[in-house]
Amino acid sequence: MQTDQTIDKNKPRVLEARKIVKELGGSRVLDQVDLILDRGDIKVLIGPSGSGKSTLLQCLNLLHIPESGELYLDSRPINFRKKSELYLLRQKVGMIFQEFNLFDHLTARQNVAIALRKVKKQSKKMAEQRAELELSRVGLSDKVDLYPAQLSGGQKQRVSIARALAMDPEVLLLDEPTSALDPELISEVLVVIRDLAKEGMTMLMATHQISFSASLAHEFVFMEAGRITEQGAPNVLLAEGAGSRTLDFCSKISEMTGAQA
Amino acid sequence: MSELISFIFSQVIPDLNTGFWVSVRLIVPSALLGMFIGVITGALRVYAPYPVKKFCDFYVAIFRGTPLVVQLYFWYFALPYTSFGGFRIVMSAETCAILGFALCSGAYHSEYIRGGLLSIRTGQIKAAQALGMTPFASVKSIVLPQAFRHSFSGCCNEVIYLIKYSSLASIITINEMTGIGRGIAKATFRNVETFLVVGLYYLALVSLASALLFYLEKRMEIPGFEKGTQ
Repeated sequence: MQTDQTIDKNKPRVLEARKIVKELGGSRVLDQVDLILDRGDIKVLIGPSGSGKSTLLQCLNLLHIPESGELYLDSRPINFRKKSELYLLRQKVGMIFQEFNLFDHLTARQNVAIALRKVKKQSKKMAEQRAELELSRVGLSDKVDLYPAQLSGGQKQRVSIARALAMDPEVLLLDEPTSALDPELISEVLVVIRDLAKEGMTMLMATHQISFSASLAHEFVFMEAGRITEQGAPNVLLAEGAGSRTLDFCSKISEMTGAQA
Repeated sequence: MSELISFIFSQVIPDLNTGFWVSVRLIVPSALLGMFIGVITGALRVYAPYPVKKFCDFYVAIFRGTPLVVQLYFWYFALPYTSFGGFRIVMSAETCAILGFALCSGAYHSEYIRGGLLSIRTGQIKAAQALGMTPFASVKSIVLPQAFRHSFSGCCNEVIYLIKYSSLASIITINEMTGIGRGIAKATFRNVETFLVVGLYYLALVSLASALLFYLEKRMEIPGFEKGTQ
């Protein structure tokens, strides 16, 4: 299958990973993975469980430190071993988790504001104003004073998106953002993601929401056994008779969920 | 009956009031210091590098594994006989008591804090790091406030114990409530009345502390946030 990486000279490169290798518990989870995200790119990671999607996402904002490989942010190499660069990269590369991971002891507003205060050293007032703005962006203006335990799963995930956005990230990494949600709560999160796409946010998302992501993504990235095996526009990879591993995988998922790939 | 009342009001209560304040001056600093030691040690036992962790485990093992009376005897009666390079440490009875209570109480607090820290899901720490927080900032702003709430009821218990074991200060010559009570009993041979009143004083102090701690716990309460089990 083609792995054409369309290089658009007009789009600045935001994040680039070269030959990333990650080993966990003695086995190689990522094997020489290359990935490029240009400004405004929306790429979707798909593949069977255990193929390394989550690990790749966590390596891209250095929650996992790769054994080897290179990482570039805005075409500048990042030194993994240097703590200060690690913290700086993480500020610019937002992460959304499957399990939301909100801070249980803080209200929605404080959840969004805390990193602005502790990392960006903003005043409490400034941080909370920004938090309210970001929460209204994800449609939660009326929930700012509620604690995570008082929110539904979909609302929690939207708070976590607001929390990531408040840091003004250059890229947003989303690790199966709807997998832990009840079916009827998925759409409210997808709406937010679609709005971000419209605003031109650069995103890399691991998901099983094939039809949704096909309508959004510029590119599907198929992973299997720690490698990227196929990469291309969704309409090409999913075209009837494409014979791609991606098509095979996606049609199996759709059979199960009854959704249209 | 009136004789009993006049005995209690004229001979027991005035002296016991003096002892009461001595007790408070021992309890308050050692409770605060003990909690401080407990939080630091508890955090180190979870996050510090291996040798520091082991050292803290050793501290807890020693102070939980020996009787408090022996510890107090050591600080007050034994320490002055040891010398470090010709340098002797001699502390007043009050300092010994506060140090002894705080170190012992800190060892117990650290157990509760440690349990609280371990109960915080790693996902939240990951999220904090993903936002660019340093490990120190994420422990301080995310983990500790939650761990403290989880361990608070355990720590309250420890403070209540501390109030009661402050009575042991009397064995290293401090005239706090128990010491004063013993003095009155010895002088008047009215053990029953005296020690009943002493008991009531402790009961009042413990009730007061319980109410205060309960109030603090309520103030820190967060909707839906599960409290520690004990």
